[in-house]
Amino acid sequence: MSAGTIVSLPDQSTARIPKMNFITRENGLLSWLLTGDHKRIATLYLISITFFFFIGGALAGLIRLELLTPQTSLMAADTYNKVFTMHGIIMIFFFLVPSVPATLGNFLMPMMIGAKDLALPKVNLLSWYLYIIGGCMGIYVMATGGVDTGWTFTTPLSTHYVNTHVISTALAAFVAGFSSVFTGLNFIVTIHKMRCPGMTWFRLPLFVWSNYAASILMVLGTPVLAITLVLIILERTVGIGVFDPAKGGDPILFQHLFWFYSHPAVYIMILPGMGVISEVVSTFSRKRVFGYTAVAFSSVAIAVFGFFVWAHHMFIMGISNYAALIFSLLTMLVAVPSAIKIFNWAFTLYKGSITFETPMLYAFGFMGLFTIGGLTGVFLGTTGTDIHLTETYFIVAHFHFVMVGGMLMAFLSGMHFWWPKWTGRMYPEKISQFAAVVTFIGFNFTFFPQFILGMLGMPRRYAAYPPEFQALNVFSTAGASILGVGYLLPIIYLTWSLKYGAVAGNNPWQATGLEWQTQSPPLTENFTEIPIMDHEAYDYEWLEKQQEKEVASVG
Amino acid sequence: MSDSTTVANGALAEAGDSHHGEHPSYQRHHFETVDQQFDATNFAMWIFLLTEIMFFGGLFTAYLIMRNWYYQAFVVASHQLSIFWGTANTAVLIASSFTMAMGVWSAEMKRRKSLVLYLCLTLLFGFTFLGIKGIEWHEKWEKHHIPGQHYSVQSFINPQSDPEVYNEYHDAALAPDMAQKTEEYFFLYFAMTGMHALHMVIGVGILIFMIFRAKAGAYTTGHVTMVENFGLYWHFVDIIWIYLFALLYLISRH
Repeated sequence: MSAGTIVSLPDQSTARIPKMNFITRENGLLSWLLTGDHKRIATLYLISITFFFFIGGALAGLIRLELLTPQTSLMAADTYNKVFTMHGIIMIFFFLVPSVPATLGNFLMPMMIGAKDLALPKVNLLSWYLYIIGGCMGIYVMATGGVDTGWTFTTPLSTHYVNTHVISTALAAFVAGFSSVFTGLNFIVTIHKMRCPGMTWFRLPLFVWSNYAASILMVLGTPVLAITLVLIILERTVGIGVFDPAKGGDPILFQHLFWFYSHPAVYIMILPGMGVISEVVSTFSRKRVFGYTAVAFSSVAIAVFGFFVWAHHMFIMGISNYAALIFSLLTMLVAVPSAIKIFNWAFTLYKGSITFETPMLYAFGFMGLFTIGGLTGVFLGTTGTDIHLTETYFIVAHFHFVMVGGMLMAFLSGMHFWWPKWTGRMYPEKISQFAAVVTFIGFNFTFFPQFILGMLGMPRRYAAYPPEFQALNVFSTAGASILGVGYLLPIIYLTWSLKYGAVAGNNPWQATGLEWQTQSPPLTENFTEIPIMDHEAYDYEWLEKQQEKEVASVG
Repeated sequence: MSDSTTVANGALAEAGDSHHGEHPSYQRHHFETVDQQFDATNFAMWIFLLTEIMFFGGLFTAYLIMRNWYYQAFVVASHQLSIFWGTANTAVLIASSFTMAMGVWSAEMKRRKSLVLYLCLTLLFGFTFLGIKGIEWHEKWEKHHIPGQHYSVQSFINPQSDPEVYNEYHDAALAPDMAQKTEEYFFLYFAMTGMHALHMVIGVGILIFMIFRAKAGAYTTGHVTMVENFGLYWHFVDIIWIYLFALLYLISRH
C-alpha cells in the first residue's frame, strides 16, 4: 500500500477552505430546506439516505441474529416476516434506488457537464420532499406494526391474506417512486440541454452516461410500479379484482407488472455505481478508460435489455415454457454488456500506474464481488438451475453480492473519492483503507456461505431452519458483525474529517473531470465562468499541460 | 431560489459580464439563454408525459388481457355505457383542446384578454366533461354496476330486465360465470376513467391558478413556458380519453 500515492494536497500550513462556497453561502435551516442548489439537495439526500441505511442495516442485524440458531429464538416467525420485509423495503426504496443518483449524481452531474445547476432545481427539491414523505410513511409503518408481505407485495398474499400495513407501505413506495421519477427526469433533461460548450456526448464522463441510462429506467419503469401499487391499494380498499382470481383477475398479471419495474430497478441501483467505478479506476490508474465508447454504450445496452428480462423472476410461477425460454435467453444477453464493463476496467488497469487509495480499494472490491454476483445471476437465469435455486438462500446471496458487494461498495468508493470535493477536506487515509478491507472481508464471510446454503436447499424468508444448516449460518452472522463494523467506521471518521481532515485543495487526486477544476467545496454556481470543454474525457496529458501552465503563470 | 447576484460578485465583475443586465426577469440564473430555458422545460414536460404513458400503460395492459379472456362479458358490459354521453364528452374534450391551443397562441401573441378568455373556456369545458362523467357514473350507481358488495349481474343474466339497453342491442343472456366477469370490466372502467378524471381534476386546478396569473399578465410577457407546457398536459389527457372512449365504449362496433 505504500507503493505510492497520487494525492497532492496544498501546503497545510497556509491552505484554507475557500470562504465562499455552497455551504457557507447562506445560513439557517430554511436556506437548506428551500434551497434549489443541487449540491445542497444532494447533501440533504446524503443525510437522509444514511439515516435509512442504518435503519435497514439494524433490521439486517436482527435477521442475522435470529438466524444464529435453528429455532425461532429471538423473535416470533410473524415478527421475523415483518423484519425482513421492512429491511427489503427500506434498503431498496429508501437506500439503493436513490443512493448514488440522488446523492453523488445530484452533486456531480451539473459540474461534470459544466452547468450551474440541474435543469429543474425546484423539481429536484420536490423530489427530496417526496422522498422524505415516503420515508416518514415507511417509518410510520414500522412504528405501528410493520408489514409482512416481503418487499414484493406478492398478491394475493398482500391483498387478501395479511392484515398488516400494506396500504401505507404501498403508498410510501408510490411516493418514493415519484421522487425517483423526478430525479431521473431532471438528469435526462440536464444531460440533453445543459452541457457546456465543447461537451459533446462522447466527451461526457462515464459517470454521466451510466446515470443517463439509469434515468431512462427510472422514467419508464417507475410509473408502471406506481399504477401496480395503486391497483393493490384499490384491491384492498374497495375490492377491485384485477389481481384476484376469485373475480376473474390474475395474480400473474401482478407479477408481470411488478417485475416490469422491479427488474429494471436493479439496474437503476447498479448502473450509477458502475459509473463511479469507471471514474475511480481511470483516476487511480492514470489512464483513459479502455474502450470508452463501449463502456458508454454498454450502460445504454443494459438499460435497454433490462426492460426485456423481467419474467426471469417468474420461471416457477406458471408462465409458458416458451416465454421462459425466451426470457432466459434475453437474461443471458444482459451478461454481455456487464462483462464488457468488467473487462474494460481490467484493461484500463493494464499498464496503468495503479495506486491503492481507499476509493480504489472499494472499486477492486466492487469488481470482484460484482463479477461473482453477476455470474451467479447466469445460474439463476438458466431455467433448469433456477428451479432448484430460486427461493433459496442462493438468490439472497446473488442479489446481495450485486447490491451490497456491488452497489454499496461503489457508493462508498464514490463517497470517499468525492468527499474532498464535497467538504473540502480529506478523509483519513489509513483508517479508511482499513475500513475498506474490513468491509470486503466481512462481506464475503456474510454472503458466501449463503450460496452454499442455497445450493443445499435452505429456503429464504423463514425464521427457522433444519439444524444441519447452523454452522454456515453462524459463519454468516459472524461475518455480518464484521461487516457492521466496516460500515460504522466510515460514518465515524468521515464525520471526524469534517472538522479535522486535511484541506484538500481543488484536485487532490489529479483527476481530469470538470468537477475537479473548480474549488472545493464548489461555489453555489459551480464555476466562476462557464467552462469550455476542449479535450476528451480522461485526458491526463491535458491535465499535465494545464498544471504546467498554472505553475508558469504563478511563477 | 434567491437571486444569484451575490455569488462570486467579484469574479463576475472581473470577467466583465456585460450580459448580466440584459437577461429578462423570468430567466432562471442557471440557464445561459432564454432559449435554453424554454427548450429544457419543454423537453422535461415531454418526458413527464412519457412517464404518464407508462402509468396508464399498466392499466391498458390489464384491460387488453382481460378483454381477450372475457370478450363476451366485456362487449355486453360495454353496452351499458351511453354512446351518446361518451360522444358528447369526446366532443367537449376536443373542443377544450382547441380552446387550449388558442390559449397558447394568445400567450405567444401577447394578447392578455384573449388568453384569459380561452383559458376560461377551457376551464368551462373541463367542468362540463367532469359533469357528464358524473352523470354517467351516477347511472352505474343506480343500476348496481359499481363493483363491490352491491354489484348486480342482473342486467347480464337476464337482459330483458334492463329494457333500455335490451331494446337497443338485443344481447343474449350470459352464462352466470361469464356474467360475473362483467364486474372485471367495470373494475377497469372505473379505474381507467377514474384515473383519467383525476388527471382532469388536477388540470382544472392548475387552470384556475393560471387564469388568475394570466389576468395579472404573467404569461403575456413573452414567457409562455407555463402555458405551453400546461397545453401539452391538457392535450395529453385529451388523447388518453380518445383511447378510453374507443376501448371502453366502442368494443363491439366496427
